[in-house]
Amino acid sequence: MADVISYREAVAEGIAREMRRDPSVVCLGEDIGEAGGVFKTTVGLFKEFGPQRVWDTPISEQAIVGAAMGAAMTGMRPVAEIMFSDFLACCWDYLANEIPKVRYMTGGQVTVPLVVRTANGGGLGFGAQHSQATENWALTVPGLKIAAPATPADVIGMMAAAIRSDDPVVFFEHKGLLASKGTPPPPDHVVELGRAAVVREGADVTLVALASMVPVALKAAELLSGEGIEAEVVDLRCLVPLDVTTVLTSLGRTSRLVTVEENPYQGGWGATLVSVVADEGFDLLDAPVRRVAGDCVPLPFADALEERVIPTVEKVVATVRGLAAY
Amino acid sequence: MDPAALLAAYEQMTVIRRTEKAAHDLFLQGLVKGTTHLAAGHEAIAVGASAALRPDDYVFATYRGHHHAMARGATPEECLAELMSRATGLCKAKGGSMHLTKASTGMLGSYAIVGAHLPMAAGAAWSARLRGTDQIAVAFFGDGATNIGAFHEALNLAAVWKLPVLFVCENNLYMEYTPIADVTAVARPAADRAPAYGIPGEVVDGNDVVAVQETVARLAARARAGDGPALLEAQTYRHFGHSRADPATYRPAEEVERWLKHDPLDLARGQLAEMGVAEAVLGEADERATAVVRKAVEAAKAAPPADPDEALTDVWADGGAAWRT
Repeated sequence: MADVISYREAVAEGIAREMRRDPSVVCLGEDIGEAGGVFKTTVGLFKEFGPQRVWDTPISEQAIVGAAMGAAMTGMRPVAEIMFSDFLACCWDYLANEIPKVRYMTGGQVTVPLVVRTANGGGLGFGAQHSQATENWALTVPGLKIAAPATPADVIGMMAAAIRSDDPVVFFEHKGLLASKGTPPPPDHVVELGRAAVVREGADVTLVALASMVPVALKAAELLSGEGIEAEVVDLRCLVPLDVTTVLTSLGRTSRLVTVEENPYQGGWGATLVSVVADEGFDLLDAPVRRVAGDCVPLPFADALEERVIPTVEKVVATVRGLAAY
Repeated sequence: MDPAALLAAYEQMTVIRRTEKAAHDLFLQGLVKGTTHLAAGHEAIAVGASAALRPDDYVFATYRGHHHAMARGATPEECLAELMSRATGLCKAKGGSMHLTKASTGMLGSYAIVGAHLPMAAGAAWSARLRGTDQIAVAFFGDGATNIGAFHEALNLAAVWKLPVLFVCENNLYMEYTPIADVTAVARPAADRAPAYGIPGEVVDGNDVVAVQETVARLAARARAGDGPALLEAQTYRHFGHSRADPATYRPAEEVERWLKHDPLDLARGQLAEMGVAEAVLGEADERATAVVRKAVEAAKAAPPADPDEALTDVWADGGAAWRT
């Protein structure tokens, strides 16, 4: 393996590692076969595993996720790709009503071990129907696990955990991170779902971020360090299970909390996290909590407009600066 | 079907009919909450199809699925206990009338979002192929589901992947409260769509258990042999309204009368008589069915209520419901 691996390559590598160890893992989705995926995140899978394990589908999101569910209920571990996370809305019945509820409403009779992978988020000028950060849609539904890795190593490790999970996992791969690079992890690297990572230590403020917002938070922390403010950055990695312990522990060190979310403020995951902190960690706080989040508008097309509405390093820096002075 | 098989099918249909009657009565007594969507009149489809399937085949049904659950191995007692919110219910009283499921016998669920389970059945059939078995999957659905997007997506996927799946439409002429003919572009809502997917589309008298069994057996053998999916439209009629809230006054009296005369139980009795089965033998079958259902009602009534603590189990594979670490 090369010295560095891109986030994009890590997706295919993560899936391939699981397909090699478990013959019940199969892939299905639009253009994922010989074409290697519209984002080239399945390159090499068709060549290595063939058409019996890597299935090109019609543009039929309901059939993709519904069939994955039926296969998962009967002994397979399907990995379904929904090309852009915006398109999850086309198969929302399966994610909201079918997959997460069947175990519960059958009294535990049926298990649905599947992964729905999807390219999430903005920053690339794809316009309002190909740019949304939609992880919050899934967060509203009990019964789905939600993974959103920020680094190539985490992509591989979390993909392993997601595919091995006996519960359904929605796996958000961020479009803005696909070209980013990192060290490839060792064989059998598994990152347990629900374990946040402290990716930068600091004593003054805790920045909690997810996926593409992790590098934004880290960059902001660097700039703030120059001003004498040391930010601790927590990469949440998963929304369900949610690692509240790591957040509260960090808050015990810093006493200030900022969430950095790409999604709209309206209904964003930060609101859930902040409400838990208010319930269980209020005594740890020395200042109000702040949420840096997207504006509540559809994602616009032009770079200048998109930057105006999604969180940037400057917005994070400005927010932390204000909080530090509180 | 030989006389013994038909007699068994008749008895099973009678058990189902009486269990549904019991569900109806228990609802009126306030012992069944929510609603029920009775399938009285549809029994021959579930029983005939099940008689043609193997025990390891998969079945997916709709919210009107009491007959499928029982035809595929759920006992009247488990079903009634579920409807009556008892701890001994088929799904621990977490599913209710609309979600009867018995996974251990391949009855992989009853789904209450119209049409949602057709892609799942395609997926189960795909899984059978991937695992190298010759199991098939069957999705039972109503005529209303034929206008849902998932119906068309599932049919296309099943056809293009040549999956061993049967799509069986129970056409009872009404999409809930509206005649299906008023809202559908073709006369036969299921069978007429089959040519669009290049698969066989057949029509069968859904009240004739022998005809259903023979047709499903033929289509199942075809699917098992690798020749792909088929779409079967079984024509039938609901004895009751759409749900407990519906007296079904919108149906013309002469139509109701005509269909009630074409009752699947009466039809099977006539066929058995033609085969030379004595009236007394049928009477014994009726008595056995009555006894089974009476015992089931008593057992369900005597069972303990659902345990509130169970509300917080079974979300995840570890049995729990915790969303935080």
